[in-house]
Amino acid sequence: MPEAPLAGAPALPAPVHARAALDRRLLVAGLWIAASVLTLGLVLPLLTLLVRAFEDALGHFVGLVNFVAYATAPALLAAAWNSLWTAALTTVIVVPLAFGYAYALTRSCMPMKGLFRAIMLIPVLAPSLLPALALIYLFGNQGMLRGLLMGESIYGPIGIVFAQVFYCFPHAALILAVSLSMADARLYEAAEVLRAGRARIFGTVTLPGARYGLVSAAVVVFTLVVTDFGIPKVIGGQFPVLATDVYKQVVGLQDFNMGAVVGIVLLLPAVAAFLLDRWAQGKRAATFSGRAVPYVPKPRAGRDGPLLALCIGIALVLLGMLGVAIWGSLIRFWPYKLSLTLDNYDFARFDAAGWESLLVSVRMAGLAAVIGAVLVFCTAYVLERGARTGGTLPGLVRFAATVPLAVPGLVLGLAFILFFNHPANPLGILYGTIWILVLNSVIHFYTVAHLTAVTAIRQLDPEFESVGASLKVPVWITFGRVTVPICLPAILDIAVYIFVNAMTTVSAVIFLYGPDTKPASVAVVHMDEAGQASAAAAMAVTILAVTTGVKLLQVATNGLVDRATQRWRRR
Amino acid sequence: MPSPDAAVLRRTGADTDSAAAPYLVVEQVSKSFGTTLALERVSLEVTAGEFVSFLGPSVCGKTTLLRAIAGLDPATSGRITQAGRDITGLPPAARDFGIVFQSYALFPNLTVAENVAYGLRGPAWPRPRRAQRVEELVSLVGLAEHVRKFPAQLSGGQQQRVALARALANEPGLLLLDEPLSALDAIVRLHLRQEIRALQRRLGVTTIMVTHDQEEAMGVSDRVVVMSRGRIAQIGTPEEIYRAPSSPFVAGFVGRSTQFEAVVDAPAGSVRAVDDGLRLQAESARRLLYGTRVQVFLRPEDVRLGVAGSLERAFPVTVTHLEFLGPVCRLSLEFAGRHRLEAELPPELVRTLGALPGAVLDATVPADRVLVFAADA
Repeated sequence: MPEAPLAGAPALPAPVHARAALDRRLLVAGLWIAASVLTLGLVLPLLTLLVRAFEDALGHFVGLVNFVAYATAPALLAAAWNSLWTAALTTVIVVPLAFGYAYALTRSCMPMKGLFRAIMLIPVLAPSLLPALALIYLFGNQGMLRGLLMGESIYGPIGIVFAQVFYCFPHAALILAVSLSMADARLYEAAEVLRAGRARIFGTVTLPGARYGLVSAAVVVFTLVVTDFGIPKVIGGQFPVLATDVYKQVVGLQDFNMGAVVGIVLLLPAVAAFLLDRWAQGKRAATFSGRAVPYVPKPRAGRDGPLLALCIGIALVLLGMLGVAIWGSLIRFWPYKLSLTLDNYDFARFDAAGWESLLVSVRMAGLAAVIGAVLVFCTAYVLERGARTGGTLPGLVRFAATVPLAVPGLVLGLAFILFFNHPANPLGILYGTIWILVLNSVIHFYTVAHLTAVTAIRQLDPEFESVGASLKVPVWITFGRVTVPICLPAILDIAVYIFVNAMTTVSAVIFLYGPDTKPASVAVVHMDEAGQASAAAAMAVTILAVTTGVKLLQVATNGLVDRATQRWRRR
Repeated sequence: MPSPDAAVLRRTGADTDSAAAPYLVVEQVSKSFGTTLALERVSLEVTAGEFVSFLGPSVCGKTTLLRAIAGLDPATSGRITQAGRDITGLPPAARDFGIVFQSYALFPNLTVAENVAYGLRGPAWPRPRRAQRVEELVSLVGLAEHVRKFPAQLSGGQQQRVALARALANEPGLLLLDEPLSALDAIVRLHLRQEIRALQRRLGVTTIMVTHDQEEAMGVSDRVVVMSRGRIAQIGTPEEIYRAPSSPFVAGFVGRSTQFEAVVDAPAGSVRAVDDGLRLQAESARRLLYGTRVQVFLRPEDVRLGVAGSLERAFPVTVTHLEFLGPVCRLSLEFAGRHRLEAELPPELVRTLGALPGAVLDATVPADRVLVFAADA
């Protein structure tokens, strides 16, 4: 038997200088790339915006003069107030409806849940302008159902709130469905054994379980409404809100400094909402433990019947709005000549760019999806698996990755022009090219994509890279053979998410397109401004067709992807 | 000790010269995470072909030490040499070891064969040689018929064996096992630990295993390193750490025992319990001064019981509780109405003594089996 060793040398042991392997240096390099992209596309533009709010048109520092001017202009203050109350009203309408719909999807035994889930997602695939255009067809000056408004005009708060309800519904319903699907059956059994009635169980188990989901849903809806530009632009009429004010200051009055001030004002509710949501999410994660037993609903006619009726009602409204938009785009001359035609799809008649703008959108969204998915996934991987390097850089990148969610598209777009258009900026060559649109889209939709990637990577065993290293396999081979194949569904989700959002967004790109790079969503706004509502609807429908096609393609290829990379999941 | 044929299969060193040059030397190794010190100047040596276990409660630093040896979390200071080469600052890929993690970390999207072949790449491993090696390894761990399956289709024990085969594929000089059995149920665990030990003997690979299960550590190891709060408490054979623990911590952590406070009494070599005056003869108290406060540990199997009046130097105890555990019965005993002792004896003896709750018996402990530690040590 070997003897126990003697005590070591009496002198103090020397500190260790760990030699970094090539692997580690690669991870650090990846981190620096991510950091520079986020610096160029997020930090510097936002800083420029901030600085410009304190300068006059000639670039002199003027302190709070712009803010004082803003606060003393009644028209601008009215816009802020309008933004807040329409957002609050929309939230109050959407959240209960979405709760009912999500409750039916997760806690009832009603039939055709899959179909209802698919219908619910339609508004996500359409530009926000689409419901606004549909409402104009129905209730506008030449609307068929105009009488129902009893003399009120759809152009204004009524139209805005209606269109926003349509546009925000799926976002709230998705959050609530996730939150309601995480129910612990043991709590319900305990409540039943203790002889609590249905109402009491709902009040003491269901609602508390979903409360953070409700907070998140409300916050998300509120932010979407405050920051959305498309709907108030199309249906807002003379009713000013913050988002259209930024546009008016910048595009109409060319007052970039005041635009920056309004942008910062627009940023405030978004940041507050973002912080509130982060708080709610942290709380929500803690309420469902890993040992919980999933709740499975049992059929009960008294609950399933009314919920089915509610879902059918909501689904019909969603499909109806969509149908009206499609129908309207096919009508020769609303509402006088209702014969069908494809003339409205001959976009060259209405807008110089014609079909070209759709190609620009597809190219931009495609590039953003591919580049964004690669960048986001690699960055998330480096942050999750290379962060042992320590230092402040990983923390800063991680924080920067969550910021875009709090930055409204309009603010980001404005920050981009101020930064990239600055005469001293060598990156100004990007301005007017498709690349500035691509960069903007990647940054704008970065956070959700980042969180998806992080969730997927965190499900992997933390020791994969250690095993690879012990077997002398470089980290990039383990990344390519194990990490990427396992996470491929999540990576495709990220790509499709970025693609769909880049196709439909108006706010982020309206300041950034050049003469040859006008996206389809901006063309919708322009055609509507020019009074070509049918052509605008046609373009919006075309965008919806592209996004739906991509989404369906993803669903169809999921089978193939699963067979190629997910075979191991089957037992 | 390694079996005779191990010397033939062994890659590094032979039995004769291994004592002169240990295979792995850890000198004064410390590791801090921020301000917390996870390892404090740890030193130990591992001989080629040896099976050593790091044993200790959670957060005692045993996994930290293993990860420092692997280079996954390099040491903050100190020196680690393996086969004469300083590896302290080397990245994991530049070292020579195979590792099995608690979670196994099998690649879920690769088959058993692909997992095992994962490290067999480059010009040294042309396709036919690689296939042959994989076949060799899977039959070594008894999984030949499962090579095409994915990890999710295997039982926990089978997954563990795949991880073992993968770790051994490159013929590493050092095998590291990080709580390799703790995710398995009790029966598979016992079976597998014997299998691991048999395999290790056959291949003669130097092995370090981290575990919190003392039975596991004592069952398979040549030597056990008991750790506590970032330091090594004792290094020794399983018998040494059980029979001759070097500190109250080791005595309390390894094996069952009852303990009480006492003082060294006259005549030399006896101790007296502080609370109830129980007096015991204790060999190890001879070198302590009269009046020294001590901690006394008694192993349950060392407590001898007899019918009242039948044993010399005995003290009377009352049986308060009896647990039938199969091969032995565990008895709770009281002395002077308060002192709780534990004893273990075979069921037949319990029957002959009539040691049922309420019975009064004689108890004694052999003087060489009483573990005594000075309180300030």
